[in-house]
Amino acid sequence: MSEGITALSDATFDEHVKSADTPVLVDFWAEWCGPCKMIAPVLEEISAEHKGKIQIAKLNIDENLDVTRRYEVMSIPTLMLFKDGEPVERIIGARGKAQLLQELQAYL
Amino acid sequence: MPETHQPETHQVVILGSGPAGLTAAIYTARANLAPFVIEGEPSSTSDQPGGQLMLTTEVENYPGFVEGVLGPDLMTQFRDQAARFGAQFLTRKAKRVDFSSRPFRIWTESTEGEPDILAQVLIVATGARAVMLNVPGEAELIGHGVSTCATCDGFFFRNQKIVVVGGGDSALEEASFLTRFGESVTVVHRRKELRASKIMQDRAFANDKIDFIWDSVVTEVLGDGKVSGVALTNIVTGEQSTLDTSGVFVAIGHVPNTSVFAGELDMDENGYIKTTDGTRTNVDGVFACGDVQDHIYRQAITSAGSGCMAAIDAERWLEAKGEA
Repeated sequence: MSEGITALSDATFDEHVKSADTPVLVDFWAEWCGPCKMIAPVLEEISAEHKGKIQIAKLNIDENLDVTRRYEVMSIPTLMLFKDGEPVERIIGARGKAQLLQELQAYL
Repeated sequence: MPETHQPETHQVVILGSGPAGLTAAIYTARANLAPFVIEGEPSSTSDQPGGQLMLTTEVENYPGFVEGVLGPDLMTQFRDQAARFGAQFLTRKAKRVDFSSRPFRIWTESTEGEPDILAQVLIVATGARAVMLNVPGEAELIGHGVSTCATCDGFFFRNQKIVVVGGGDSALEEASFLTRFGESVTVVHRRKELRASKIMQDRAFANDKIDFIWDSVVTEVLGDGKVSGVALTNIVTGEQSTLDTSGVFVAIGHVPNTSVFAGELDMDENGYIKTTDGTRTNVDGVFACGDVQDHIYRQAITSAGSGCMAAIDAERWLEAKGEA
């Protein structure tokens, strides 16, 4: 896990997204998902370049079924943006960096 | 204010990074032509770095791998091999091209202003991507039961009923893979016979979890918020029916990724780039290889083979001009 990106679990998820002082972008991913691997470096760059405005976190869906089911994630990668603990944006499928930043623009 | 950059000039630019593009990169790198690979952008369709194999699992027919190899692993090896000989990579897509004079001009950042990349010779290997059904409900339910990636999403359909649409190798491969998760997998095919290879057919027919609905097309994906079924029409009898399912995987064929080349390169009526005399296109100095110009064979090995041809054609072309 790279610096600045938090690995969440079923146990830590709620507390983390509620107490964060910036919006949290959660990457629902799994080891066996090719497109998830492709967007990992993109998320690392966004995390580094937009520090203080947005936090990036990852949730391994294989190991954390409760949160995955609660938000009815049925396709990965899914990126969900949480503001004050509430989901405000859902992005399904991998994207290039420019496209992703455009979709997140309102929160950056 | 956007900064003004000098465009980078490269001797060889390769568009695309599937087996064709990366083989062309290996060969041109070893010929000291310093290839620059515009590898594409992440997506959940096969139009992404690494290409169609990034969405597959076991590849059993690529020579040299006795026990088979995972598609994404194979493509990582291709890429590492090209990088080892000095190929450079840019994780973007060409947004606009102009082949009217040399060096060829390529825009990857914006379609406005000056191009950011110039190429003395260009190899087009942008491949093909899966076609969607284009029926009501499909686009709305992507990610909510409609999937473009069986390897990504099969997991979510554990003990559920899954539908695969299509009758070729990709359809049967997905169906077999999805039986690991689903309670049942129903293959819906528009004809009475499959297009798939004999070995894939034998495997599918022998699998208890796979059944078939013949002569039928999906006319709508049903569901409110998530997929609950598909509407089917039997195209022989005209009979309409509904099939309950929570997952729909589409594998009905491919379209070439060529829209950016419209007006620049000659294509056939389906958008595949026309090549003659090896891998030459209608533009002198632009070569095409892999699935972007092949709707017949479409294999990793034929793609890699044609990537090698394009590299040799490009090298000889530069030599003849005294530029290699």
